[in-house]
Amino acid sequence: MLNLHLYMAQRLTALIMAPLTVGHLAVMIYAVQGGLSVAEILARTQGSLAWFLFYGSFVFAVSIHAAIGMRAIIFEWLGIKGTLLSLISWGVCLLLLMLGGRAVWAVTFAGAGA
Amino acid sequence: MSETGEFLQVSIWREQDGDGHFESFQVPRRDNQTILDVVAWVQQQADPTLSYRFACRVGMCGSCAMMVNGAPRWTCRTHVQKVADDNRLEIAPLRNLPVIKDLAVDMDPFFDKWVAAEAVFEPSQTRDDPMAPITPQDPMRIAASDAIECINCAVCYAACDVVAANPDYLGPAALNRAWSLVNDSRDDGQDARLKAVSGGGGCHNCHAQQGCARYCPNELNPTLSISGLKRATAKSLLGWGQ
Repeated sequence: MLNLHLYMAQRLTALIMAPLTVGHLAVMIYAVQGGLSVAEILARTQGSLAWFLFYGSFVFAVSIHAAIGMRAIIFEWLGIKGTLLSLISWGVCLLLLMLGGRAVWAVTFAGAGA
Repeated sequence: MSETGEFLQVSIWREQDGDGHFESFQVPRRDNQTILDVVAWVQQQADPTLSYRFACRVGMCGSCAMMVNGAPRWTCRTHVQKVADDNRLEIAPLRNLPVIKDLAVDMDPFFDKWVAAEAVFEPSQTRDDPMAPITPQDPMRIAASDAIECINCAVCYAACDVVAANPDYLGPAALNRAWSLVNDSRDDGQDARLKAVSGGGGCHNCHAQQGCARYCPNELNPTLSISGLKRATAKSLLGWGQ
């Protein structure tokens, strides 16, 4: 059920996710080591275009990557195909994009200036 | 072959017109007995209506593959002592293919996919041209050599869980053959071939579980060939050549 374009989209988004995941883990370890509080972390992320792009691109890549993976699993395990399969795949993608985007927005720009 | 005095408890799948069940037979155990020997004994000594397929009996023709105790095997070269579980054998038709009768499956879907994968040599020259000079050290020749020697037995096709889940999947054998042709510098059908293996049933569906490589009786590695096709199609899409 994967064609070349879906396969490439999944591989390229994996390439994007890999360094961002390493960066995320490094930042988490740094934050824990330094004993940063939630308020101190938010003070660094609020209003930061860099953090918005960092986590925003991660959410974007995850949404595409996971939706394609779920598409293969749903097809192989549930036998759903055709238009319904595409609709479910897009639904998974948009759901992840919405949930992740909401979280990224919350820690970057939602409370900026407050 | 000398008889050992022991008996094998053999369950053989019987099917006609879509109605199937296992039937039990007691078969004398012999030294150096193959699974095909067991099936032949049943057909010759117990039930002449048993249908199965074989030809060469020496592991060359790829006709006699069946499921033996749940695993796909070339039955003419599989010794009973290797696969019998406490003198018990369960022999069934190859998985992932429609049954014609008993142990004989319809191989048409298997071979149709070879054609669908463009796994057919497309000559770039005529018989009047000089022979193409290809040395044994040529990297493409070495890659092609790793993928040839397939006997079309469909053991890999029966072992493949992706085929089981996706009936449109071209399968390990057809894709392995396509990869051997991608590495044939005399071939002129690469664009059509890479397109043929890039669709909804193409090489990108392989999960690299390697059931094909595990059970291939000639110890080929179709998973490796499929990885090669994934690389070749990706490079082609990105305009990096092959």
